[in-house]
Amino acid sequence: MIRCAAVVAFISLTTFAMPALAQDTGTLKKIKDSGSVTMGVRESSGGLSFTLGDGKFAGFHVELCQRALADVHQQLSMAKLDIKYQPVTSQNRIPLMQNGTVDIECGSTTNNAARQKDVSFAVTTYVEEVRIAVKANSGITSIGQLNGKNVATTTGTTSVQHLRKHERGAGVTFNEVYGKDHADSFLLLESGRAEAFVMDGQILAGNIAKSKNPHDFKIVGEVLAVEPIAIMLRKDDPDFKKAVDASLAAMMESGEMAKIYDKWFMQPIPPINTRIGLPASDATQAAWAAPNDKPMEDYAKQ
Amino acid sequence: MVDWDWQVFCKDTIDGNIVPGCFGRSGDITYLDWLLSAWGWTLSVSALALLVALALGSLMGILRTTPNRWLVLLGNAWTELFRNVPLLVQIFLWYHVVPALIPPLRDVPSFILVVMGLGLFTSARISEQVRAGIQSLAGGQRMAGLAMGFTLPQTYRHVLLPMAYRIIIPPLTSESMNIIKNSSVAFAVSISELTLFALQVQEETSRGVEVYLAVTGLYFFSAFAINRLALFIENRVRVPGMIGGGGH
Repeated sequence: MIRCAAVVAFISLTTFAMPALAQDTGTLKKIKDSGSVTMGVRESSGGLSFTLGDGKFAGFHVELCQRALADVHQQLSMAKLDIKYQPVTSQNRIPLMQNGTVDIECGSTTNNAARQKDVSFAVTTYVEEVRIAVKANSGITSIGQLNGKNVATTTGTTSVQHLRKHERGAGVTFNEVYGKDHADSFLLLESGRAEAFVMDGQILAGNIAKSKNPHDFKIVGEVLAVEPIAIMLRKDDPDFKKAVDASLAAMMESGEMAKIYDKWFMQPIPPINTRIGLPASDATQAAWAAPNDKPMEDYAKQ
Repeated sequence: MVDWDWQVFCKDTIDGNIVPGCFGRSGDITYLDWLLSAWGWTLSVSALALLVALALGSLMGILRTTPNRWLVLLGNAWTELFRNVPLLVQIFLWYHVVPALIPPLRDVPSFILVVMGLGLFTSARISEQVRAGIQSLAGGQRMAGLAMGFTLPQTYRHVLLPMAYRIIIPPLTSESMNIIKNSSVAFAVSISELTLFALQVQEETSRGVEVYLAVTGLYFFSAFAINRLALFIENRVRVPGMIGGGGH
């Protein structure tokens, strides 16, 4: 309730006390007043957002945010906009967005109904497909063949929930083995402790590309789930969302988005010049064709 | 500001619907079921690792106080080896590296590996405490025991150890509480214990504060229960007039 009162007070303050600045509220006002913006980034989220070391960050979503912020910079006709980078984790990204530490989060956050209660999302820029990676010589081609086998996934991700739903639906049982991070989960697959690794397609593709013998592994089987991944914004800040959405929609419209995607997912990327090699999926292209911020739950209904 | 949602523990782990009574039926499990099973794993890992640590730690600690140079060397080497390598690194060595060198070990369940890893790590610390306990006794005790015609093992059994163990009950209590907390490394090798539960479920439910509070409470409760148990034992075995035994 205190927060509500604060928002009401803030709105009335900005609308009545300072009519001249009425068009710049929330994050836009904060950016203009401070001359800086803080971008939340991930240390290791495949091609979407990752560190190059030395406090530098790159990736598909990082570049999209940089371009969107350049448009915001122009819109606010500011002399200089200083972009600060703040690494976040899947545990702290939502609290840090809520308390104002980060203004825009450019990582690999799934837009779902539960999170929409706490934060807001820009239009979906990437649709993730949860897939299965196995050893190429294992002969496994679908989830049904995983009956009684060890299946690896990474602690603190939602992939295993999809797996459980399929487990019940398909009448198969398997042992969940949790790696502490993606590299660890991949090691479980590589060392034979798990027969399959279930995770977001781009993370599987990235780990396979980085492995010693990429030809020993392949991604197989049905798509277990689709998850819209989007840039995260503060809740109840329509002006900033409108500015970011407009910038992203323009990139989708002009085909610039596809070029940026190609740069991060099809071409060799730093720091060690590997190729992820994952073409934009049909679902991702559909999201670009009709920009929207629907949560994951709406995808499941289709 | 904070709106609690403790109903989160009553949710089914598959469809996220709230189950009446909070416990899953006919094969379905709720997050509360999972939390209790995770607590069980934490306690199982801790209890078994503590047994390993007490047995091996006592043996090594005793060896380090014997007159035989080679036995002392063995005890010292054991202690320094397991004390100087970080716990998480040791767990990874047992899980990933050792099975690569000795293939049959690959079939050993990760539960056994983590019990051994945590047990050996803690045994080094207990060995140090047992040694300190024995060496804190006056040298005359050992000589008196031997002069009475006891063999060396008999001297340890009937003279030295009964006093040494009473002296080291407080540090052993800390060690037993530590092992509960250190058992959280088991999440790294896919044991579904409390820390893994917290990391996984806060992501699945988006109710991190409730999940971490519940897990914190269980860790605290478990460690505190050990503390009280140790205090009870300490009072029961107290011998008035001995070091640490009384008067106060």
